Amino acid sequence: MAEQTPRPETLVQIDYRPPRKDWRDARVEFRKGVFCYSAAPKNLEYLGLPNPRKWQPYDQNWKLPPNWKEVILEGMRERLEKFRSFRLFMDICVRCGACADKCHFYIGSGDPKNMPVLRAELIRSVYRRYFTMAGRLFPTLAGARDLTEDVLKEWFYYFYQCTECRRCSVFCPYGIDTAEVTMIARELLNLVGCNINWVLEPVANCYRTGNHLGVQPHGFKDSIDFAVDELAEITGIRVEAPINKKGAEVLFVVPSADYFGTPHYFTLLGYLLLFHVVGLDYTFSAFASEGGNFGLFTSHEMIKRLNAKIYTEARRLGVKWIMGGECGHMWRVLHQYMDTMNGPADFLEVPVSPVTGTRFEHARSTRMIHICEFTADLIHHGKLALDPNRNAHWSVTFHDSCNPSRAMGLLEEPRFILRHVCPKFYEMPENTIREQTFCCGSGSGLGTDENLEMRLRGGFPRANAVRYVRDRFGVNLVACICAIDKATLPPLLEYWVPGVDVAGVHELLGNALIMKGERARSTDLRGQPFQSKEALAHA
Amino acid sequence: MDVVYALVTVSLLAALAFAGGEIAPLRPLFGVILPGVALVTFLLGLTYRVTLWARSPVPFRIPTTSGQQKSLPWIKAGWLESPSTTPGVLARMALEVCLFRSLFRNTKAELRDGPRLVFGESKFLWLAALAFHWSLLVIFLRHLRFFMEPVPAFVNLLAAADGFFQIGAPVLYVTDVIIVVALGYLLLRRLRDPQVRYISLFADYLVLFLLLGLVVSGIFMRYFTRIDTAAVKQLAMGLVTFSPVIPQEVGPLLFVHLLLVSALATFFPFSKLMHMGGVFLSPTRNLANTNRMQRHVNPWDAPVKVHTYEEWEDEFRDKIGAAGLPLDKA
Repeated sequence: MAEQTPRPETLVQIDYRPPRKDWRDARVEFRKGVFCYSAAPKNLEYLGLPNPRKWQPYDQNWKLPPNWKEVILEGMRERLEKFRSFRLFMDICVRCGACADKCHFYIGSGDPKNMPVLRAELIRSVYRRYFTMAGRLFPTLAGARDLTEDVLKEWFYYFYQCTECRRCSVFCPYGIDTAEVTMIARELLNLVGCNINWVLEPVANCYRTGNHLGVQPHGFKDSIDFAVDELAEITGIRVEAPINKKGAEVLFVVPSADYFGTPHYFTLLGYLLLFHVVGLDYTFSAFASEGGNFGLFTSHEMIKRLNAKIYTEARRLGVKWIMGGECGHMWRVLHQYMDTMNGPADFLEVPVSPVTGTRFEHARSTRMIHICEFTADLIHHGKLALDPNRNAHWSVTFHDSCNPSRAMGLLEEPRFILRHVCPKFYEMPENTIREQTFCCGSGSGLGTDENLEMRLRGGFPRANAVRYVRDRFGVNLVACICAIDKATLPPLLEYWVPGVDVAGVHELLGNALIMKGERARSTDLRGQPFQSKEALAHA
Repeated sequence: MDVVYALVTVSLLAALAFAGGEIAPLRPLFGVILPGVALVTFLLGLTYRVTLWARSPVPFRIPTTSGQQKSLPWIKAGWLESPSTTPGVLARMALEVCLFRSLFRNTKAELRDGPRLVFGESKFLWLAALAFHWSLLVIFLRHLRFFMEPVPAFVNLLAAADGFFQIGAPVLYVTDVIIVVALGYLLLRRLRDPQVRYISLFADYLVLFLLLGLVVSGIFMRYFTRIDTAAVKQLAMGLVTFSPVIPQEVGPLLFVHLLLVSALATFFPFSKLMHMGGVFLSPTRNLANTNRMQRHVNPWDAPVKVHTYEEWEDEFRDKIGAAGLPLDKA
C-alpha cells in the first residue's frame, strides 16, 4: 500500500457539501492516488488505436490531435444515431437527484461530479451546446458548455472514475444507465487517444496472446499443470485438465486471473476437482484463454474484437457447448453482447448437463452457461457428495458482483451453492446486496495501484457492509464470483475491515467436495487446516 | 441565480399576459394565436422527438436486471424485476410509468460515526412526484369539459370524484390542493437539498414556476375571482372548432393561465419534460432479460479486425509445439 495513502480515519472524513464554484467550471486537479496513468503508446500501436504518444494526465499538454474537437463532436453525432440509449439518456434526465447517493464513488469521495446525474451532465452539457436548439441559442440558461480541453480532461477524470456498475440505473425512474454513458464517453476519449494503461495493456495482451496477462501458450499449460500437481498433493488424486483438445464436449473459459492470481487460483483448483468428480469431457483453450474482456471498458468495437475468439475456438475444437468460470464483467459481455456481436452460435448445441440431463433452456441461443448454473444443477440433483464442515473455519458472506447481478440476474445460483458447502453463511444488509450490491470500487479497469486512494473511497460502502457482518456474525470470508473482486477486495478489506479474506464460490465447493479415492484431507485448498472434529462437536 | 432568472421569466410572462388581456387589440394574440402556435409546436415537437428516438437503433439488449434471471426451473425467477416474457416486461413498464417503481426504491445514505454507513427510507420524492403527476393528469382530464360538448361522462365522473369532499362552493377539488403541495415540495427540495440545488439548471426551475403559475392562476379563477365558466367554454370551443371567439366576460387571469400553458407547451419538446415519452423507450427497462435465449440483432453490425486462430498459431508455433499442445498446421 502506498505510503501517502491517508489512514482510514482520515479518509472517512468526507465533506458532502458541494463546492462554491459552479459545476460548469471544468478544471480538475490530477492529484496522486485518484487517477490512472495513460496508456503506453506501444499498446495503442499494437491495436491500431488513434494518437499513440507519451503523455500523462497531469501534463499541461495532452498532445491531442489538432482536429480533436471535430473528432469528438463527429463521434458524438455518430453515436447519437447508433444508440437509442445514448440519445435518450442525453435527453430525458430531470435531475431529480435520486441517483446521487447511490454511487459508491460519490459516497466515498463527496465529490458532486461523482453523482451519476452530474457525471452524465458533464457530457450532456456538451450535447446541449452542439446538438440541441436551446443549447445553441441560450447556452448559459440551458446548462450548455463549449467543448474545451478542460472539459475533455474533466471527462477523462470522471469517466475513469466510474466503474460501470449500473447501481444508479436501478434507482433511476427512467432507467438511465451511467454505465452506458461512461462506455460511450470512453469510446469518445479513445478517439483522440485519451485512455489508461490498466485497460489498454490487458486489451493489447488479450488481442495478441489470448489473455489479459499476456500468458503465452506454454505458460498457460505450465499454470494448469502446476494446478494439477498441487491438487495431487492435496487430495492424492491426479485430475485431467485437457487443453486445446478437439472433440471435447465442453469448452471451458475462465478469466486469466484464475490461473495466475491469488486467491483466484484456489477457485481454479475447485473447478478442476468438480470436473474430475463428475467426469466432464471438457477442454481449456490456450487461445481462448481469457473470458474477461476489457474491450467493455474501451469501445463496443473492441468488445467484439476480443470476444470473437470464444466462438471461433468453440467451432475449431468442435465442442457442443461452452461453459464460463467466475467473472463479473466477462459475464456482462457473454450474457448481453456475445451472441449479438459474434453469433449466431448455430454450430453449437443447446447446453445439456451430461450428469443430470438438464437442458439449459435459458442459454438456448448463446449456448454458454455459467459454472454456478452448472454446479447448482448438480447439487440440486444430488450428484455431489459434500461435507460443508470442511468450510467450518469460515463464516461466509456473499458479495454480489455488479455485472452478474445487474446485467444478468445471477443471484440465487451462487447462494444455493454456498448454502450447501458452508455451514455458516450470513447475508450483508439488503441495501448492499443483490441488485443493490455495491461495487468493489476497482472495476472497469480502475484497479491499478496509482489509483489506490480512489479505489479505497469507492470500495468504502462495500467494505462498510462487510464490517457490519464481521462485527455482528464474525464473518471472516467474503465469497464472490468475480476476478476483479478477488484481486481488489483483499487490499480493500485489509484497509477498512482487517481480518476478512476473499474466496471464489468454487474454492469453497472444492473444499467441501468428497471424492472417491481421495486421501484423508486435513487442509483446505489454501493449505489451512480444517476445523477439528472436537471443535466442530463443540460448536 | 438560475432560480431568480426563472422566477423573473415566469413573472414577466404573467405580467405581460395580465396587461395584454386588458388591451382589446391584443386579446386575439393572447387568446387565440399564441395558444394555437403553442399547440402546434407541442404536437410537432413531441412527434419529432419521439419519432427520432423510436427510429434510433437499439444495437444491444441491455436490460438492468433487478431480480433473479430465469435459469433453472426450480429457481424462482423474478418475473417482474428481471422479466423474461412480454407480460413481465409490460408489467414492469406499467409499474414504472404508473407508480414510479424505481423511484419508490429510493434510500438516503448517511455516514455516521464509526464509520457506519446507513441507508434510511426516503419516500417523499416518490410520493411528491406521484402526487404531482397524477393530479396533473386528473386536472388535465377535468379541463376536457371546456373543450367537448356534450361533456363526456367520464369527465363528469372524474370531477365528481375529485370534489368528493364537497367542501365549499364551488366545490374544492382535492387535486388542486395536492398539486400545489406536491409542486411546493419539489421546489423546496430543489432549493434546500444542497446536492440537488447544485445540479439544478434554469430549465429545472422554469418548469416548476410555470407549473406553479399555471396552477395558482387556475385556482384563483375558480375559487376567488369566480370566472364565468360558460365564457371560458365558449373560448375553448372556438379554439378547437377553428372558429375563434373571445368573449368579453373572460378576465386577465385567463390570459395569464393561457400564456403560461402556452409557454409550457412550447417549451415541452425542447426540454426534459420529454421524459414523458422517453420513459416508455428506455432500453434498460423495456427489454426482456432473454439475452441468452433469443438472439438480439444489431442493425448496424459490421465486421471488425480480429486476431485469428491461424495468426495466433503462427506466432506461437514453436512454443505450442514445445509445450506438447496440438497444432492445426504441423
